[in-house]
Amino acid sequence: MNEYSLLIILLLISTLWFYFGNKTALSLKKKQLKLNSLPHYYGIYVALYSFIPALFSYLLILVFDGILFSNLIIEFVPKEILNSPDFNKIIVLAQIDNAVRGIYFGEQPDWVTIASNQMIEWNYHSLILNFFCSISLALGIGYLGFKNINEEFRSRNSVEKIIISLLGLSSIIAILTTIGIVFSVIFESLRFFAIIPASEFLFGLIWNPQFEGAERAGSGQEGLATYGSVPLFVGTFLISLIALCVSVPIGLFSAVYLSEYANKKERSIFKPLLEILAGIPTVVYGFFAALTVAPLMRNGGSLIGLDVASESALAAGFVMGIMIIPFISSLSDDVINAVPQSLRDAGYGLGSTKNEVITNVIIPAALPGIIASIILAVSRAIGETMIVVMAAGLAANLSFNPLDAVTTVTAQIVTILVGDQEFESAKTLSAFALALTLIVITLILNFYALHVVKKYREQYE
Amino acid sequence: MNNNKPKILTANEASMIVESSVIKRRKKDARLKTYGRIAIGLAVSFLIFLFVSIFSKGIPGFFQYYVTLDVYLDRDRLDPKGDLSPESLYNGDARSIVLESLYKVINPKGRKEKKAAKKIISTNADVRISKMVLDDPNILGKTIPITFAVDDDIDSFLRGYIKRETPSSERRINDTVIKFVDKLSAENKISYKFSDYILTGSASRSPEIAGIKGAFIGSLLTLAVCFIIAFPLGVATAVYLEEFAPKNRITEIIEVNINNLAAVPSVVFGILGLAIFIGVFGMPRSIPLLGGMVLALMTLPTIIISSRAAIRAVPPSIKDAAYGIGASKLQTIFHHVLPLAMPGMLTGTIIGMAQALGETAPLLMIGMVAFIVDIPGGVTDPGTVLPVQIFMWADFAERMFIQKTSSAIIVLLVFLIFMNAAAVILRKKLERRW
Repeated sequence: MNEYSLLIILLLISTLWFYFGNKTALSLKKKQLKLNSLPHYYGIYVALYSFIPALFSYLLILVFDGILFSNLIIEFVPKEILNSPDFNKIIVLAQIDNAVRGIYFGEQPDWVTIASNQMIEWNYHSLILNFFCSISLALGIGYLGFKNINEEFRSRNSVEKIIISLLGLSSIIAILTTIGIVFSVIFESLRFFAIIPASEFLFGLIWNPQFEGAERAGSGQEGLATYGSVPLFVGTFLISLIALCVSVPIGLFSAVYLSEYANKKERSIFKPLLEILAGIPTVVYGFFAALTVAPLMRNGGSLIGLDVASESALAAGFVMGIMIIPFISSLSDDVINAVPQSLRDAGYGLGSTKNEVITNVIIPAALPGIIASIILAVSRAIGETMIVVMAAGLAANLSFNPLDAVTTVTAQIVTILVGDQEFESAKTLSAFALALTLIVITLILNFYALHVVKKYREQYE
Repeated sequence: MNNNKPKILTANEASMIVESSVIKRRKKDARLKTYGRIAIGLAVSFLIFLFVSIFSKGIPGFFQYYVTLDVYLDRDRLDPKGDLSPESLYNGDARSIVLESLYKVINPKGRKEKKAAKKIISTNADVRISKMVLDDPNILGKTIPITFAVDDDIDSFLRGYIKRETPSSERRINDTVIKFVDKLSAENKISYKFSDYILTGSASRSPEIAGIKGAFIGSLLTLAVCFIIAFPLGVATAVYLEEFAPKNRITEIIEVNINNLAAVPSVVFGILGLAIFIGVFGMPRSIPLLGGMVLALMTLPTIIISSRAAIRAVPPSIKDAAYGIGASKLQTIFHHVLPLAMPGMLTGTIIGMAQALGETAPLLMIGMVAFIVDIPGGVTDPGTVLPVQIFMWADFAERMFIQKTSSAIIVLLVFLIFMNAAAVILRKKLERRW
């Protein structure tokens, strides 16, 4: 007896209802009554009628009993633990949860045993309740639907209404995801800005969240950890800039060559080859940057007397540039192909060479699209995580020197949020504030790119 | 200047000027063409360089060095309780049996040399013997040759990464060990063959026995969850938006939303998983179910966008024909439009799944980076995935892990190539031109 078997029971019940509905409709048909819909629609109608409310109640209880219980169980935690300064709700809940699952490490305090027994009892009750509610809903509402069946009833219309609303519901998921993202980020960011002033976060020049020695607020030890995000944004900017220096010329020249000079065969070979670059997982690029490119650059630098850090912005930016070549080349290629042939013909008619047609006609006509592709590539570069985590390092240097180690917003988010964390500390919350700024920047870039495309799109049609 | 009449050129002069300028202009043209070729050449050579550097490290990573020893499988020492149960074998003395048969070959003298000899064979040797005995208890009491993986430092030495010439104090293995290894090689006891562990082992801190099976299974489970959630939801959303959605503000908001979600950096989806699924709903960390859910939300926009394009590509005449013989709108869509749009939808879905397969950052945030030795048996067992395994191994210092990481990357790339090839074949085979 568990949640899964309940789900199977619900499915069985609705299958039974389908059978009965179908059978009744068939028997009506045998009596030479003219039915409104095909018989199986009556079956589907009853089945959906019984299954959907039952599933809804099943999921509701399944999701919310955990939340409810974890709030109730706090009652069982002794006062002295609740009031102690290092009380952490998540750890306490995990402790009880482990006891419920029977994972012990050494002796458990009494209250954990009591609380976990209580929790097991609650879980059992909730399961019984879930069984009772869902099954009675499936049977009861299914019966109501079953009673509706007669020769007048338009079952197909009802079934279609239900299915269309289900389709509509699934499109809500996209909105829910966005709301989830926005809430999870804004909520925590606000808490962060309650501890650290926004001005320090936006304009501070030192990023050093590591020394969280004591509570910052009220402990008299202010200033131990500093949350000035400027070095991170400078690092992000620097690495993106290097990436663009690699990818824009290569991407644009490739796009021009592929769309204007290359014959069909060359195009069919090189276009997919370039697109492979976009399909390689970023962790592979990160590994490549950290273990192949970075040592190469360090050795090359020392040959000509330059001191290149082993985790330099240059290596990370260079590899990131390789990664975003196809974003620029493919998109620009599409845009260049979309320039009407008549414009080219007009250029050639005046006796221009290909070069002149490209630089004077095609590029100006395709410029909005090309700019949009570059903006999208920038937003890609800013949001890219694994390459910088693996190759750019974590030292938050405020430096514009590409040979130094720098860090980026995404790399900091990952290092702060990976592994164990205290949800209450400013350090953890700072990752959410960083994520908020990251989302805002990428969304602005994305909107701007769409705007550029939209504004100039129909100029030549 | 004003007084000068414009100079009138003869036809000959004019054509000469034009000729010379044409040569210049053609040169310019050729130059642009060359730049284009150089750009493509550079991009392709980066690609080749990447593949060569991964494969040159990764192919040797599938192989490793083994030492073959004649081991006397003493019944009493291996199976002290005599019931052949796993715990009895666990309490047995397999390790020292292996070491004794090793000593027989290399004859170490004194404690110091014995200590050095212990370093030669992987710590996993006793597990190997227990497993062999469990599989076939008849071998107890016999002397049979068994191959064991050598320790990762010895492996690196045999490959030549640890050099004999390096002074002993700077080497990871000392002179005595090298002497023993030479002795084993001289007696033909050392072999180099396809690794038993890389494809079938799970995570381990000892590189010689580490493998990717756990991560591979984790990846499959995560992808399965991702597909089960994202494909129906994506197709349903696409059908709704293309065929039923009224043209109003809400529809517009949904569409803008989907486009924005496609642009959000993947790391943000990890934050969503951390804050909402773990923080609010209290789901456990590190499980493929959670990873699949996060990846599903991430791939949803890709699937929706490609499914909408596929639905739009179905010609209206098909729909009109269905309406003409009295089908309802829903019947038309489910009986005619969807089957015809399915190849396009599946192609988009496979591409989305391939992205999800290579994704690392969001999974790091929801705890799939934990060190988990057990191979996950279901979507609610803690596990990890291939890219995260690659990320973790890339961080380890041992030389052998670099090769193992590259091998894992090769497996991941092969997996990806299969998925993309499936997408291409699907598109070519099933796509109809109208």
